[in-house]
Amino acid sequence: MLKATVYVTIKKSVLDPQGVAVQGALHSVGFQEVESLRIGKYIELTLDTNDREEAGKRLKAMCEKLLANTVIEDYRYELEA
Amino acid sequence: MKFAVLVFPGSNCDIDCYKAVKDTLGEPVDYVWHTATDLSAYDCIIVPGGFSYGDYLRCGAISQFAPVMNEVAKAAEQGKYVLGICNGFQILTEAGLLPGALRRNESIKFRCHDTTLKVVNYKTPFTKDYAEGEEIVIPIAHGEGNYYCDEETLASLKANNQIVFTYTNNPNGSVADIAGICNERGNVVGMMPHPERAVNTLLGSEDGKRMFSSILKTWRDTHGTASVR
Repeated sequence: MLKATVYVTIKKSVLDPQGVAVQGALHSVGFQEVESLRIGKYIELTLDTNDREEAGKRLKAMCEKLLANTVIEDYRYELEA
Repeated sequence: MKFAVLVFPGSNCDIDCYKAVKDTLGEPVDYVWHTATDLSAYDCIIVPGGFSYGDYLRCGAISQFAPVMNEVAKAAEQGKYVLGICNGFQILTEAGLLPGALRRNESIKFRCHDTTLKVVNYKTPFTKDYAEGEEIVIPIAHGEGNYYCDEETLASLKANNQIVFTYTNNPNGSVADIAGICNERGNVVGMMPHPERAVNTLLGSEDGKRMFSSILKTWRDTHGTASVR
């Protein structure tokens, strides 16, 4: 079994209105030091395999096909036993 | 001419679309469930608004893999008319039938009000009954209608005359004020505003009516020619 963690974030070049709003909220409650803030998705998966290389390939395919919309989002993933 | 209104779990503008066709055109129209695997009987497929599959993950992300979407792709390929409204537009971009993506509104607000649209391309099968540059009033109701595409895609949309409608007062932050686009061939249109909610003055506007009459007119024109042969 492998545990995978996928992070999906809005591309740097694309405005993240949710992030901007939350940053504004932090500022309004006194956390002026927050220079930027972006909100993304965190996805946990358990994979029925021990083959890390194969799992990596499959994860990439999952991200490209469904988990991220690569027109506006970036993704990265981590794999652990 | 036969219309299909697709129904996904979470569609909520399906009845409005069905009635817009039935009451405005009086043409046959069916609800078609998302698991359907045959759309060969239909000439125009409407992908209605709503929150298909709860908009989980992203709007339209899960619906793009519904069995019926393979058939929508086939129909589009065959040159049949496909109209995606609101969530339907989001589904068509996720499915790759239209370029770009819809993001959360820049204001982060769910915007639900009348908007004024400019008819940029009046030559699509969906807009023939409008005049070039005409301004029409069609309501919007969306939280994620902020159209995005990269500069290269925008340039090709402009070059191929694929921008169908723009907002005169951009309500969501869309690139180039885009409210609706079509594919290169012009038979697939996606738009965030709801023409099916503007088919009667009782609803505040009947400017959406001509989208439906345009489709029928185009279909009759092409089929009339075919029967003469």
